[in-house]
Amino acid sequence: MKQRRKERIDRGIKARSDDVFSLNSFREMLYVAVPPLAPVLILLILPLELSSYWQKVLISTCVFALLAMSWDFLVGVGMVSLGQALFFGVGAYIAGISNKILGLPIWIDIPIATILGGIVSALLLAPVLRLRGVYFSMVTLVLPLMLERIVEASGVFGGTEGISGITPFPNSFFESYLIVLVTLFALFAFRRLITTDYGLVLKAIKDNDRAVMSVGINIYWMKAQALFISGCVGAFCGAFITHVYGFVGMPSFALDYSILPLSSAVVGGMGTFAGSFLGAFILVPLSEALRGIGGLRIVLYSFFLVFFIVALPEGIFHYIQRKYQQFERWVEVDK
Amino acid sequence: MTDQNNKTNLILRAQNLSKSFGGVKAVVSVSFDLHEGELVGVIGPNGSGKTTLVNLITGFLKPDRGKIEYKGQNITGWAPYRIARIGIARTFQMIRPFAELPSFKNLIIPLYSPRVKALSGGKYGDLDAVAKDYLEEVGFERESSVTYKPAGSLPHGYLKRLELAKCLALRADLIILDELFSGLSIAELASIVPIIEKLVSVGKTVIMIEHRLRELFRIADRVVVLNYGSVIADGIPPEVMERSEVRKAYLGSE
Repeated sequence: MKQRRKERIDRGIKARSDDVFSLNSFREMLYVAVPPLAPVLILLILPLELSSYWQKVLISTCVFALLAMSWDFLVGVGMVSLGQALFFGVGAYIAGISNKILGLPIWIDIPIATILGGIVSALLLAPVLRLRGVYFSMVTLVLPLMLERIVEASGVFGGTEGISGITPFPNSFFESYLIVLVTLFALFAFRRLITTDYGLVLKAIKDNDRAVMSVGINIYWMKAQALFISGCVGAFCGAFITHVYGFVGMPSFALDYSILPLSSAVVGGMGTFAGSFLGAFILVPLSEALRGIGGLRIVLYSFFLVFFIVALPEGIFHYIQRKYQQFERWVEVDK
Repeated sequence: MTDQNNKTNLILRAQNLSKSFGGVKAVVSVSFDLHEGELVGVIGPNGSGKTTLVNLITGFLKPDRGKIEYKGQNITGWAPYRIARIGIARTFQMIRPFAELPSFKNLIIPLYSPRVKALSGGKYGDLDAVAKDYLEEVGFERESSVTYKPAGSLPHGYLKRLELAKCLALRADLIILDELFSGLSIAELASIVPIIEKLVSVGKTVIMIEHRLRELFRIADRVVVLNYGSVIADGIPPEVMERSEVRKAYLGSE
């Protein structure tokens, strides 16, 4: 019986640029250079072209892209977080407090919030590092919600009112380019980090943690480091947004900051960081563009989400990558 | 044999080790000594507590009672990574390599260990090159495709050798092999046995948990027999099997 099967063959240029790296035409150089350069150029040009409303959308897109990448990183180490809002909220509050109450200038409190936020996040989750799978996820889901209620009940840091009157950025140009540059830096840094020996060990913990332990590596210490790295990225986002709005309050721990990064990474494709990045740049602007529709916005948005996940379960980025690197054709095979 | 002059160099001493899971007594008051450069087989019927014993020594399980000394140091209850750092390596019965990584990249993980870093003067060098050297040592042909293939696609014999290479890469002094021979063909065995013999000849101490007795007896200096969690015999290989309690454990009744 004849059957049809899809055959996939690497493009010659892909093999050449992977292994021997002998590029012999302008076209081949473009093939290699376009994928990394395209997001850089687009992101650097966008702030100049967009209206002030869409600039705000760009900012929140970048923030969600960062959160999605930090989520993707944790998943790569075997920790499925349902609480990027924890990192975000901790960073937001540290920035708010150090700016408004301690009176630190903006260019000091953001770095402090980033580093300290990473440390606090790692410490908060340190007691549950031994938990795996869904048990770890549950704790990450609950922690930000718990902190939110603590702020509400105890009235610390402004309670339900939050802290307002936080120093804004000097101008919107500075604001946009800061987040764009950080997002691009994080994208390439994460992609680089995961291919180093250090990144390899982190990924191995997800594959087989007992095997990693049995060669003398303290996996809990490694996981804490991963939480710190991911926490720093999340805390930066929080600190940044605090200064954009000039306000920090309970919404910083909102579920949005946990769920949207996760869906961005899943829609875009996990494990590559480029996927999470791409996912955020599809989902966040999509949600804004649908605003004109009115009541059915969320319905339509959810429909798109389901459509992406059903049609491209591997993720948009993996799909594009495959098309870019391989020929596909139908061949007849004997069964 | 070499046994005699090494008697003084005690490397591992287990005293009255016990471990139970709920009501099941997996290991009951096991004691044995291990000398440097020895190749000791641990055998016994299924469920006799062999793997539990390995887990106790390597820290994956904490003993309920008893004491483990390694090179004169009490290591009872230490975490697995600390025990690995002082030079005890192990393989697992269920081999799960880092499947997506190329074979040689699998060795980056042991090479990244703080133990290796300390032994090589406090810095990590070009680990890829070192990894390929170790693979060659266990019989991966240098610069052949097996070195670069994802470990998940390796044949069984290569996987076992990859496990051995991990122990080598850790530069362990005591190597515990949990059913390394299981599922190997005669040809694969023939290629793996010389590697183990070489380990012993350079002074490593080896514990082998085995079901393939014939192959084990050819290389083991000594055999410890477990049944229902207790040591029922400890002696020179072929002779041990003649003892009545061992025959009974293996064959049921007389």
